[in-house]
Amino acid sequence: MRSTTVLTGIVVASLSLAACTSSGEADAEPTATAAAEPVSDGELVVYSGRSEDLVQPLIDDFQEASGVAVEVRYADTTELAALLQEEGDATPADVYFAQDAGALGAVAKAGLVATLPEDISSAVDAGHTSTDGSWVGVTGRARVFVIDSEQVDQASAPTTAAELTDPEWSGQVGIAPTNASFQSFVTALRVLEGEDAARAWLEDMVANDVQIYSNNTAILEAAQAGEIQVGLINHYYWYRLESELGTDAMRAQLVFPESGDAAGIVNVAGAALMAGAAEDADAIAFLEYLVSEDGQQYFVEATYEYPLVSGVEAPDGLPEIGSLTNTDLDLSDLDSLSETTALLAEVGLL
Amino acid sequence: MRAPRLLDPVAASARPRRFAWGRATLAASAVVAAALASIPLVYLVVRVAGAESGAVAETLLRPRTAQLAANTVGLVAAVSVACLVLGVATAWVLARTDLPLRRTWTVLAALPLAIPSYVAAFGWVALTPVRGFWGSLIVLTLCNVPLVTLPTLAALRQADRAQEDVARTLGRSRTRAFAEVTWPQVRPAALAGVLLVALYVLSDFGAVALMRFQAFTWAIHAAYTSSFDPTLAAVMATVLAAMGVALVVAERAMRGRQTRFGSTVAARGTVQPVVLGPWRVPVQVALAAIAALSLGVPLGALLRYLGSQPSSGTVVSAGDVAADALTTVGLAAAGALIALALALPIGILAARHPSRLATGAESASYVGLALPGIVVGLSLVYFSLQVVPALYQSVWILAFAYGVLFLPKAVGAVRSSIERVEPGLEDVARTLGSGVAGTWMRVTARIAAPGIGAGALLVALTAMKELPATLLLRPTTTDTLATSLWRLTDISAYAAAAPYALALVVVAAVPVVLLTREAVAGATRVEEFE
Repeated sequence: MRSTTVLTGIVVASLSLAACTSSGEADAEPTATAAAEPVSDGELVVYSGRSEDLVQPLIDDFQEASGVAVEVRYADTTELAALLQEEGDATPADVYFAQDAGALGAVAKAGLVATLPEDISSAVDAGHTSTDGSWVGVTGRARVFVIDSEQVDQASAPTTAAELTDPEWSGQVGIAPTNASFQSFVTALRVLEGEDAARAWLEDMVANDVQIYSNNTAILEAAQAGEIQVGLINHYYWYRLESELGTDAMRAQLVFPESGDAAGIVNVAGAALMAGAAEDADAIAFLEYLVSEDGQQYFVEATYEYPLVSGVEAPDGLPEIGSLTNTDLDLSDLDSLSETTALLAEVGLL
Repeated sequence: MRAPRLLDPVAASARPRRFAWGRATLAASAVVAAALASIPLVYLVVRVAGAESGAVAETLLRPRTAQLAANTVGLVAAVSVACLVLGVATAWVLARTDLPLRRTWTVLAALPLAIPSYVAAFGWVALTPVRGFWGSLIVLTLCNVPLVTLPTLAALRQADRAQEDVARTLGRSRTRAFAEVTWPQVRPAALAGVLLVALYVLSDFGAVALMRFQAFTWAIHAAYTSSFDPTLAAVMATVLAAMGVALVVAERAMRGRQTRFGSTVAARGTVQPVVLGPWRVPVQVALAAIAALSLGVPLGALLRYLGSQPSSGTVVSAGDVAADALTTVGLAAAGALIALALALPIGILAARHPSRLATGAESASYVGLALPGIVVGLSLVYFSLQVVPALYQSVWILAFAYGVLFLPKAVGAVRSSIERVEPGLEDVARTLGSGVAGTWMRVTARIAAPGIGAGALLVALTAMKELPATLLLRPTTTDTLATSLWRLTDISAYAAAAPYALALVVVAAVPVVLLTREAVAGATRVEEFE
């Protein structure tokens, strides 16, 4: 049978079809700048990497206040970053609302975003937003350890990433290598400790039988169920579960890592204005709303995250954001995500 | 499943020349359909070709690739063998013994098809401690066994009983008679089922992700969603596609060597069934155990969450679920129609005019099944933006994705249904003055329709459960049962997710029950025409 030849023929035929239609990739587009006089068309498309139950109430408030009809596409932050790059200039999105500085940095690097108007980019203090106005930080989230309090004492709990490679924790530590926040931690590790140390840490973790989960929620649930003793997550997942189950039901407990350790970095969720929406007044109004007092207050109450605009109080019970912020680390350093994922792939975690 | 040709192939090639035009059109349509079905593969080739060759080699040669490939191959092999053994055994018991309540057991054996593998995996994770390889093996086997059971059952019902009885009379044991006489007759059907199972396992993401088993798809998904350089993902997906092609070729090689054992008058249904006797109880216990594991565990977990208190902020109304169910059914139906339109020329060509072209087109149609949904999804994002930007993020592209993804199921059904129509019948109709088109409409299409319809049902059923491509391609505000389920389980709102999962299982059960009736009725229908 020469069916493979025919198969190849068919593939080649449809390849040439694709070649005829392909008009090249949308990379290296110059970054557009917001025009002086944005226009409103009363419609807005947001790609949200943050989940619907967290974001939709805020969207509803914005729709009511502004009269703009908002369509939101919900998916994973990283999946949307991949989608935005596949779409290039043809994207229907006006605003990208991401869970993570790294994903925003990657989309900005690909030349897909417009520079934000000054009043938006200056609303948030330096250190919690982009350095070049390509995106704006919206909320802060601290990286923490979650422990199973029935198996681990607060006193003997680990407080640095380095401790987790100890044989004591063999098979007992949960991580989510595909999760953007975990990847930001690894990037921080690379920036703070150097490439070799980061690689050594990851290899030691793999050798120590680190447990792989798909996301923060799964890790928290595993700690709550006693499946693992220690997990690496973002702080607000724990607070959300606590508000759902009640303080007494929390078998899982939080440990804030030592100040200055890569495991305890403060990351941000943020938003960017897509290049095609540079002159869209509705998109700009939405971004303004995110960093307004109302918008920030919503996140404090609904998601237990740190507000990034001065004048809005952080949720009760959280350590001061200033005590967690690592002065040696600039968030813009976290956009070297592709090096991080390459490293993760190399050590066999991706 | 390729039913044996009753007429000498020479007869087909000796037909009058005036068919040539129709045949050329048919061949051209088949090539176009095959080209459309190859879009995902083309996308991968474009992506890989655009990458630096050094990066491609590095990705291919790293130890991780070999490890992932070993994981996936091991899982595919284990699930295929398990499904073959369980499926053939179940089909034999259902077809050949005096099992009581046979109709009920048949439906129970088919119903796991209605349970998406990620829902089944969720049930197993919620209620049991099994994870990893064994967890994936159990869940994927239980979900996929019906893909072997149903075609084998239909083939057993049509198989020639008389020969098995002759073998028995000549002193063969029941096992040897089955192995030497019956098995060769049902082998094509069983193997075709195993191929679908193997391709499914190759491309499954949901179950292995929940079971935390690092299969190829898991790594492809991780690469697509976290590395912003798509080369790694594309290279790995190409490896997966190559594995899929290898499977199709292997199945074809095994299927190709069959010979017809038939006599003109087949003895069917008149022979006494095998008396189970003391085995009656253990056999039923075994069937009940399989049903309990494949249906009871996932439904048990869903019902448990349905009973629990929904978490704050996520209230689900019956209207929401019903609206999503309607969207799901509509999209699945559109997908099935598109798959059917693409499958008809390929299937007819393969059944009536076997040639290299037909085989090539048929093989090309199988590509989609071996690729994870996210690859097909991204390839259609790319394709629709390049070719038909106006349709981007419309239901049409999504339905088209379903058609491409599940095309092989429709092609298989079209081909085997048309092969089952004896060309002699068409000749009789022609002799009696019916035109070419009239003969097709009144004889061929009519006889083949139920089987083709079953194929379309299978496509619709699979499309209802599809998740990754749906997430990428759906219109921004459109939700299906599967995407709502994903959205809610992603935030651990299991109580709110449970109604969507149950609705999905109930909606998907409808085509399954229809398919069971088809498998049972298929035998009698063919008999009428012999």
